[in-house]
Amino acid sequence: MTLTEKLRERISRAFYSHGLLCASYPIPIILFTALCILACCYPLLKLPLPGTGPVEFSTPLKDYAPPGPGAGPQHGEPGERPDWYVGAPVAYIQQILVKATVSPWQKNFLAVDVFRSPLSRVFQLVEEIRNHALRDSSGVRSLEELCLQVTDLLPGLRKLRNLLPEHGCLLLSPGNFWQNDRERFNADPDIIKTIHQHEPKTLQTSATLKDLLFGLPGRYSGVHLYNRRRVVSYTVTLGLQRYDSRFLSSLRSRLKLLHPSPNCSLREENVVHVHFKEEIGIAELIPLVTTYIILFAYIYFSTRKIDMVKSKWGLALAAVVTVLSSLLMSVGLCTLFGLTPTLNGGEIFPYLVVVIGLENVLVLTKSVVSTPVDLEVKLRIAQGLSNESWSIMKNMATELGIILIGYFTLVPAIQEFCLFAVVGLVSDFFLQMLFFTTVLSIDIRRMEVGTQRGPGPGEGAQPHQHTLHSQHTLHSQHTPHTPHTPHTITLQPSSLRNLRLPKRLRVIYFFARTRLAQRLIMAGTVIWIGILVYTDPAGLRTYLTSQVTEQSPLGDAGLPPMPVPGGVLPAGDPKVDLSVFPSEPMQLPENRTQQREQQPGLEPNQHSWAQGAEGRGNGQLELGTEAEVTWGAEDEEIWRKLSFRHWPALFSYYNITLAKRYISILPAIPVTLYLNPQEALEMRHPQEASRYQPFLAGRPDTAAQPEPRGHQDLTLYKVAALGLASGMLLVLLLFCLYRVLCPKNYGQSGPGRRRRGDLPCDDYGYSPPETEIVPLVLRGHLMDIECLASDGMLLVSCCLVGQIRVWDAQTGDCLTVIPKPRLRRDSSGIFDYQEGWDPSPDGKNGLEDSFESSHQLKRLLGPPQPPLFCDQPDLTSLIDTNFSEHARAAESEPRLRAVGARHKDSGYDFSSLVGKVY
Amino acid sequence: MAENDAMPALPKKCGPYISSVTSRGMNLVIRGVVLFFIGVFLALVLNLLQIQRNVTLFPPDVITSIFSSAWWVPPCCGTASAVIGLLYPCMDRHLGEPHKFKREWSSVMRCVAVFVGINHASAKVDFANNIQLSLTLAALSIGLWWTFDRSRSGFGLGVGIAFLATLVSQLLVYNGVYQYTSPDFLYVRSWLPCIFFAGGITMGNIGRQLAMYECKVIAEKSHED
Repeated sequence: MTLTEKLRERISRAFYSHGLLCASYPIPIILFTALCILACCYPLLKLPLPGTGPVEFSTPLKDYAPPGPGAGPQHGEPGERPDWYVGAPVAYIQQILVKATVSPWQKNFLAVDVFRSPLSRVFQLVEEIRNHALRDSSGVRSLEELCLQVTDLLPGLRKLRNLLPEHGCLLLSPGNFWQNDRERFNADPDIIKTIHQHEPKTLQTSATLKDLLFGLPGRYSGVHLYNRRRVVSYTVTLGLQRYDSRFLSSLRSRLKLLHPSPNCSLREENVVHVHFKEEIGIAELIPLVTTYIILFAYIYFSTRKIDMVKSKWGLALAAVVTVLSSLLMSVGLCTLFGLTPTLNGGEIFPYLVVVIGLENVLVLTKSVVSTPVDLEVKLRIAQGLSNESWSIMKNMATELGIILIGYFTLVPAIQEFCLFAVVGLVSDFFLQMLFFTTVLSIDIRRMEVGTQRGPGPGEGAQPHQHTLHSQHTLHSQHTPHTPHTPHTITLQPSSLRNLRLPKRLRVIYFFARTRLAQRLIMAGTVIWIGILVYTDPAGLRTYLTSQVTEQSPLGDAGLPPMPVPGGVLPAGDPKVDLSVFPSEPMQLPENRTQQREQQPGLEPNQHSWAQGAEGRGNGQLELGTEAEVTWGAEDEEIWRKLSFRHWPALFSYYNITLAKRYISILPAIPVTLYLNPQEALEMRHPQEASRYQPFLAGRPDTAAQPEPRGHQDLTLYKVAALGLASGMLLVLLLFCLYRVLCPKNYGQSGPGRRRRGDLPCDDYGYSPPETEIVPLVLRGHLMDIECLASDGMLLVSCCLVGQIRVWDAQTGDCLTVIPKPRLRRDSSGIFDYQEGWDPSPDGKNGLEDSFESSHQLKRLLGPPQPPLFCDQPDLTSLIDTNFSEHARAAESEPRLRAVGARHKDSGYDFSSLVGKVY
Repeated sequence: MAENDAMPALPKKCGPYISSVTSRGMNLVIRGVVLFFIGVFLALVLNLLQIQRNVTLFPPDVITSIFSSAWWVPPCCGTASAVIGLLYPCMDRHLGEPHKFKREWSSVMRCVAVFVGINHASAKVDFANNIQLSLTLAALSIGLWWTFDRSRSGFGLGVGIAFLATLVSQLLVYNGVYQYTSPDFLYVRSWLPCIFFAGGITMGNIGRQLAMYECKVIAEKSHED
């Protein structure tokens, strides 16, 4: 015996015992495997969820210095600093947040006056920033040296060429809409149109040009015709190449000096570093999707090969679960031992599945299924395992070898892949051996139980029991030996037969009968639609809120999460009323801006609105003559409210990618501008006076006006309508799917393939779906089956001996045996023989009395029999003689060999068949 | 007439489009068309994989980047794959050794996935130098052949195809029709033959699998006669 053979035998023996073990204790083994999987997946909880969202890290502004290029931490605990925080950022972003308002407001002003003059000040501000220079001992430093110099826009963005800066500093402001030219602005008859002309027509999540130039989300800007607060906000965004704290602080103090914001409480402590993950574009997605499609095709073609099992889909699911959980286990184990996955999981996953493969699982299934059916389940599993043990081990060794070779390529990425693959292979093997084998054994056992429904309580003792049972029935039903005695065919009432179904099926039938699932789904759908309507942006809740507060917040801040408590109060509430409290002492610096000095009478009314969230809803509703710019918590780090694609989009216009890099966002510089009405009047464009009606601030009928709202509102409504429509579509789709999957007339699935009458029904007209039909083994015939006929409830079969048996088609019980009369007279009789009949299943029993049967068969050539029974109901109309249809069913019953189709009405004429055989 | 007779006896799992056509010429044409489209599709996808490396992605560019290479490249790849896919079973027949190793669609899918993976590796993985890249890809390609083909004829044909294709691309480069971003070895990307070899094996595998249907149909026809 060579070494290979010895090894082979040993392996197969080990597999045999393992198979026995698995099939004997399925439940404990499955539980154990599940525990193993969970334990191995536990380290995965620590891994961050994959996502492309940006990550933030903030450092104090005081003595901030950009991190060194190396990994060496400079200050702070190294554990807290993320690993991407090395090297200089792509850019420093300095935003100058401007809030401007016209004050005092006069009632005859137009809506466009709210933002026209505030916007006009941006040009002056930009000039101030551009010309700012720091003079100190080291010389003069201007913005030009510090700022991020951008080059050409990408060639695809020609239409933005005049709007975004090129060949110079990255400095963005709303002034870019007019090429930073004040004359253009003054000549522009329609500001809103200019701003919105580059807005995309479709909804999109990435940054729009308006967001880019305003530097804050559109609805916060206040540049629309229904701005009740009459405060316009925008930012001037600076991109800086280097960080120069002195220059920046001088810029900050100068701007604060020029445009003081006395009640500003913005914190200016932290620099926020935002790290962007690699973005997955469409171009990367296409190959990924392709690999996944190939993967699914592979899984489909593999699982299609699973055959001859109780539930094909269950096993396919088990196979997929095996592979997936082995992958998870491999990742979990690798993380446990300190290997953090650097590869993109989604990308390599299909390849890992392909490497690990489903082959072993299929081979196992096939081998187990092809073992002799009459063996015990345990033995079948064990034998099937040991049959394939050698090839499984060989494949495993080969794959490990290939992966080992891959490991020695010394390319880090491939090495990592190989490591994952090795651990995945081993854990896959483990799962196949424990999990899948056990599932397979359960499945096979279920099939076995389904086959031998009813009589046999235990597997091992079944053959004897069965014999006894059949003999018993035979005797009990055939005590009268006279052939003319009417053969009683007793069909149990269907409710009784119903009891014989296994518990599991009864539960399912109960569900089906009461349409429980249908009703549950309907109730769920109704509840869901209710929730949808309630939470919809344009739906009930907003409507209710606006009803309660008598004001429509739609234009202002979209959907407020909660109605502002102060907003519910009447407008005359003392807390929010202006001019009630004595003015607070103002800490304005000496050199306040000129427009502030032009309205000295207003100063006593200055009033700290630092907690502006409370009163901001209706603060200016009253008289509307004076206005106050408030700085609140909502202005803190307003860039956070921008789309997370804002900065990547901005930089991508200049072909700078932020993927795997970071930018540092410096605290914004607050700037407050007050404009007097005279300035606003001067700024007004001649065409605007005729176009816009006076601004109807604070009047209650504004809310009831049916006019179309601003652009933002339209977008909001679009979103709402789209959401509602898609929700409805989803509901409809679900409904259709439900109808397709669970039609009301259960069991009539394949259209026209099987008539309803073919299937047994219970009292409720419910017949089990086709998938639950398993082959029924009818034992009792001594020789090959000649004919089969059925009317749905009864099955009549006839064997070569001439014995007719009537079976209950649903339970498989033999109801009546009608022997051939002459046969019994001549020979020793069938029942004598039957006493010694050993029900070895493969029909071998016919061989023992081959002589006798041939003898009997020859007798059949005699004259046709007279009709056997006169008092039997005429079943000929019920007997389905279309045997070509039944041939398929007969094939699935391995022990019944329907030899051919012969017509039955003229007695038992086998002459043609027998003549051919002999 | 024979076609009508053969129809009901066809196995159900046969795709109706390929198996219903029993005349050999039609079958050949259909196979060729199927292979052509598979080749075009793979060429587009793999080209996208290759250019990803040097391109930062922006939405307006994506659609153009799919078709960024010359328009004639995908059709050429399609034609080549059709020829290869038809050549393999043809050669099997002439040599008289029908290919029996792992003849099923799941194995073919696995093969395609590995081929895409090889391309993916060549595009995405950072290798220390080009020799390493080429050696790794060569090992992977031969592993592909050994896992899914294992026939000497397949190997020979694959090598021949790789040689020819490299020669053609070399000529194209010499004439300035096409250009590599960074040629490393005698004006050729040294990994190109490996990719061509793996592609040849893959397309041959698909072609053989498609030819299986023809064989089945013909066998059944003769059986009925």
